[in-house]
Amino acid sequence: MSQIKLPEDFVTYPEARKKAFMALKALKESGRRVVGTYCTYTPQELVDAADATPVSLCAIGEENIPPAEKVLPKNLCPLIKASFGGAVSDRCPFYYFSDMVLAETTCDGKKKMYEYLGKMKHTHVMQLPPGRTGEGALAFWKLEMEALRRDLENFYGITITDEKLRQAIKLRNRERKAILNYYEVGTLKPSPISGYELNTIITSNEYAFDIEKKIAFLEKRTAELIEKYHAECEGKPSRPRILISGCPTHGVIDKVIKRIEELGADVVGFENCCGPREKKDPVDETKDPITALAEKYLRVNCSVMSPNPGRLEALGEQIDDYKVDGVIEVVLMACHTYAIESSAVKEYVTKEKGIPFLSITTDYSTTDQGQIDTRLGAFIELLG
Amino acid sequence: MKYNIGIDIGSTCAKTIVLNETKEIIHRLLQPTGWSSVETAGAIREKLTELGVDWDNAAVVATGYGRISVPYADKCVTEITCHGRGACHIFGSDNLAVIDIGGQDTKLICVEDGMVKDFIMNDKCSAGTGKFLEIMANTLAVSPAQLCELAEKGGGVSISSMCTVFAESEVISLIGRGESKENIAFGVVDSIVKKVATQAGRLNLQDFKVCLTGGLCDFPYLRQRLEKTLNVPVDACPDARYAGAIGAALSAAAVRK
Repeated sequence: MSQIKLPEDFVTYPEARKKAFMALKALKESGRRVVGTYCTYTPQELVDAADATPVSLCAIGEENIPPAEKVLPKNLCPLIKASFGGAVSDRCPFYYFSDMVLAETTCDGKKKMYEYLGKMKHTHVMQLPPGRTGEGALAFWKLEMEALRRDLENFYGITITDEKLRQAIKLRNRERKAILNYYEVGTLKPSPISGYELNTIITSNEYAFDIEKKIAFLEKRTAELIEKYHAECEGKPSRPRILISGCPTHGVIDKVIKRIEELGADVVGFENCCGPREKKDPVDETKDPITALAEKYLRVNCSVMSPNPGRLEALGEQIDDYKVDGVIEVVLMACHTYAIESSAVKEYVTKEKGIPFLSITTDYSTTDQGQIDTRLGAFIELLG
Repeated sequence: MKYNIGIDIGSTCAKTIVLNETKEIIHRLLQPTGWSSVETAGAIREKLTELGVDWDNAAVVATGYGRISVPYADKCVTEITCHGRGACHIFGSDNLAVIDIGGQDTKLICVEDGMVKDFIMNDKCSAGTGKFLEIMANTLAVSPAQLCELAEKGGGVSISSMCTVFAESEVISLIGRGESKENIAFGVVDSIVKKVATQAGRLNLQDFKVCLTGGLCDFPYLRQRLEKTLNVPVDACPDARYAGAIGAALSAAAVRK
């Protein structure tokens, strides 16, 4: 079994979180406003414009499941349970330091969970339209953007100016570009970086609270990797190239992503919300900021949207751009929307794109590692 | 002489096949896996030595869930690839749909031109597996083979619990109600067949020649019920329970090259 080579200064996700905890504590002590967030639908620019720092709240960790199951049903997606469990048990330091939580009615499980979460701390839940093409969907979502603006203003006793919003949009668009360029290192064949490292750096960087510093770090790392590719990798044979699709994979990074690479393939891209999904799509800087934000954040290709054709388009594009040999879809247990979309995704990947597809359903526990390994191993064997 | 050895350490049974250069089976071993895959692997090695295997001229591929516990294996290959490859060899076709009902897994494998094209495995649950049959047979105080024979004479009972533990309670309550062994056995086999058929529904079996491998391939009644439910002919033969080991032995021949 091959070991993934990691750079000497590689910081694991738990290490990054620990550091982030101290950084956030210092930030908070300096009087900075902190808003806890969960999802790609969150308009971070509105939080930025309130002179607050948006921070990703914990949604992973098997240890966060038992405290959640005191209230939530067992047969619920592990991401929802871990989000709730991390918050109620005070295991999630980011929740602890958040002044308020900003969430969205993405799936049924999450929105009902937020009803309980809202009892502990001010939780603003944005009502997301069930589909992006519906009559009035955009107008409704725009009203929700305005409602969030008002709530942030009332909560903090401030005014969010359009000027502030425009600045935030520009900064976040630059951040998007830096993240996207970094992810696109994965389009190089053979890849100069393991998917495990690629993904860990991105997720760890969610805790880099100084966006300018984060952009500079990612730009530097991207340039180094491209240099490494030309010096060491170009023209060499490639292992089978895998694209990850489906549910967020933060919680199963060791169990699935790392294992794929140990079993002999390269994870080169992520077509899920841990990947460049929304990074490719900047906020329009020329429009009225609230309209531009509403439009952008309605274009996120999540399976909670019905219909969700954007996902297949993005998947097809990534299969081509990243020179993908096979797609592995990760569905978290009891995530109905991704589980249902799976058949359509399989059909598209195998028939339209003509490459093999594997869907695995799993949760945050390690009890099924053996079965997962067999599936991943057999899939990599069939890729040859 | 060269020895191509395939060792399939499954959750219940360990199967070993030795092929010669011309891919003929020269030895077959079958033993319970027991509690330690490592010890079982050691016992297999001793037995093969007794049978005259010359280790200097042997290539070994291990498969099955205990594949990583065979220290003398040259390579590990997953049981999915091995079952596909082995079934092609046994059934003399490069285009097959393989239904493998094993101890803890039920797998459906589509093979095109000798290569695994797609596969489906049961989730982390023992419904529709050999383990389910074994536990129900124990509850009825018969062997799995006897259960299948009894089932042929029964009818009219269906077991609705998908969970093996709950299904066992269901069987116990059927016993308590005085239901005949034959009828309960029918319900048990029916439950397995339905579960396999549901899984198979996700693959286009109609396009393939379908065959049954794994520990349950010897039970004619189960095979017949599968044929009826899936509405396709299902092939089986005694060596099909060695399909994984045969596939591994064929892979061993490839390792040598």
